[in-house]
Amino acid sequence: MLEMTQIFKVFYEGTPDEKIALNKVDLSMRPGDFVTVIGSNGAGKSTLMNIISGKLVPDIGTVMIDGGNMTSLAEHKRAVKIGRVFQDPMAGTAPTMTIEENLAIAYNRTKKRSLGFGVTKKRRDFYREKLEMLHLGLEDRLQAKVGLLSGGERQALSLLMATFTDPKILLLDEHTAALDPARAELITNLTKEIVSALGLTTLMVTHNMQQALDLGNRLIMMDKGQIIFEADEQEKQELTIEKLLAEFQKIKGGGGLSDRSLLS
Amino acid sequence: MTAMFGAVESGVIYAIMALGVYLSFRVLDFPDLTVDGSFVTGGAVASIMIVNGYDPFIATIAALFAGFLAGCMTGLLHTKGGINPLLSGILMMIALYSINLRIMGKPNVPLLAEETVITKIESWFTSEWSIFFFMLVVTLIIKFVSDLFLKTEVGLSLRAVGDNEGMVRSFSANTGWMKVLGLGLSNALVAFSGALVAQYNGFSDVGMGIGMIVIGLASVIIGEAVIGNSTIARATLAVVIGAILYRIIVTLALRIEFLDTGDMKLITAIIVIIALIMPKVLDKRKAAVRKKKRLVQLNGDGGGPVA
Repeated sequence: MLEMTQIFKVFYEGTPDEKIALNKVDLSMRPGDFVTVIGSNGAGKSTLMNIISGKLVPDIGTVMIDGGNMTSLAEHKRAVKIGRVFQDPMAGTAPTMTIEENLAIAYNRTKKRSLGFGVTKKRRDFYREKLEMLHLGLEDRLQAKVGLLSGGERQALSLLMATFTDPKILLLDEHTAALDPARAELITNLTKEIVSALGLTTLMVTHNMQQALDLGNRLIMMDKGQIIFEADEQEKQELTIEKLLAEFQKIKGGGGLSDRSLLS
Repeated sequence: MTAMFGAVESGVIYAIMALGVYLSFRVLDFPDLTVDGSFVTGGAVASIMIVNGYDPFIATIAALFAGFLAGCMTGLLHTKGGINPLLSGILMMIALYSINLRIMGKPNVPLLAEETVITKIESWFTSEWSIFFFMLVVTLIIKFVSDLFLKTEVGLSLRAVGDNEGMVRSFSANTGWMKVLGLGLSNALVAFSGALVAQYNGFSDVGMGIGMIVIGLASVIIGEAVIGNSTIARATLAVVIGAILYRIIVTLALRIEFLDTGDMKLITAIIVIIALIMPKVLDKRKAAVRKKKRLVQLNGDGGGPVA
């Protein structure tokens, strides 16, 4: 479903700040794979996400999604195949527009926009039915402005908007990091529910190791622009936070406390 | 009284321009200074066509398309050229000054002896209210069509561009083209209004657009302060009423003997400044009053004085 080969990306090339963000990264995902990505700040996780979504173009390497070469395709064009949820709960919705209007915008992700109304009676029923999946009572507040919702509610709505049109790939960029523990758990559970119900191919970046272990069937660990550790379905089931940290230190040559504090 | 009637009448015509400014300034969140130029472009295209014997209605519609092109150019400067929004508008405004002179061939085209939309309407109806009602109907039709458009799939993503550009892009909308389209529509309305104003005043002048963006902003802000903007239909109604109120305020201000017509722009600027600052001042005062009440309440409940 996703095939990334030999991705290389460098920032500020030729300046003292030159930084290799991704160094010949290969990543392949089969349909239905749910891969969690962990790694310290600056490991290249966000760059990886942005190269898949088209916000960034790799210097070298190719990105194939659903059999098509997307390496330099414009962000909005490949969005037809990609659903995204951002870290900032404000980033995935339009605050001055109503819940149903936001859903209408998301509904058009896979279709050409027309001069027909975005919210019709039939569509409203459809939106309401989808909102019920969130169990937040949002289905009774279709005409409420999204700016009035709490961060958790907005993130749940973002998750729904990114997924209800069956994307080929779902990208979750630390989408629970900005929420309080209770809300984060709610969104984590919703993610689990929605991804398994729709069988979505998902890539999730997180700083929370427990979450990385709880969700998904594969796990990768990144450091300094490379994938340094990979666990497949079977290996992942036996992983614990301790084992992960030990693995990290083994590869890094026993960096000790500073690495541990960066990851936990 | 006639002055006041004239104020309301021209307010209705300027309301179309204000709706255009609302589209760029509020919906797209793009402060578009093209307006100062495209307003004149509308007047220029309509006048020169009328002088050359075209039907005034066709001339007015042609002005609408000319404005659309001007707005699209600004949009392209910004999206394809990567020029900052304010600067794209300023560049287009200054370019349009020369273009408008070229269209008209001279700085001022009189229309007094010509058959215009205004004289046609006056010949159809006998009432002195005819211009007012006709323009009111035209303005309200444009308002309702805008309301409906902003609820279509294209309209929704246009609004979202001004609200959260990254989000609409992640839902596969081409935000660049959305901006070009939005600015085109905005300036189409502005030029349409310019064409009607030129015919209403009986001339088109290369300087008639100076400060038009500020007048548009004044109308939007005054309207929102009085009517509010909780829904799209309400916000566009606010713009129309704001445009009329603006004309009334200016007319009243000009009655002060000390001021003359040359002070119009200064008055406009002051109105906008007051409209922008007043809500904040009022909010602060309300908060202060509430705090005082709370203090009295707390102190009344016994215990030591709080602060």
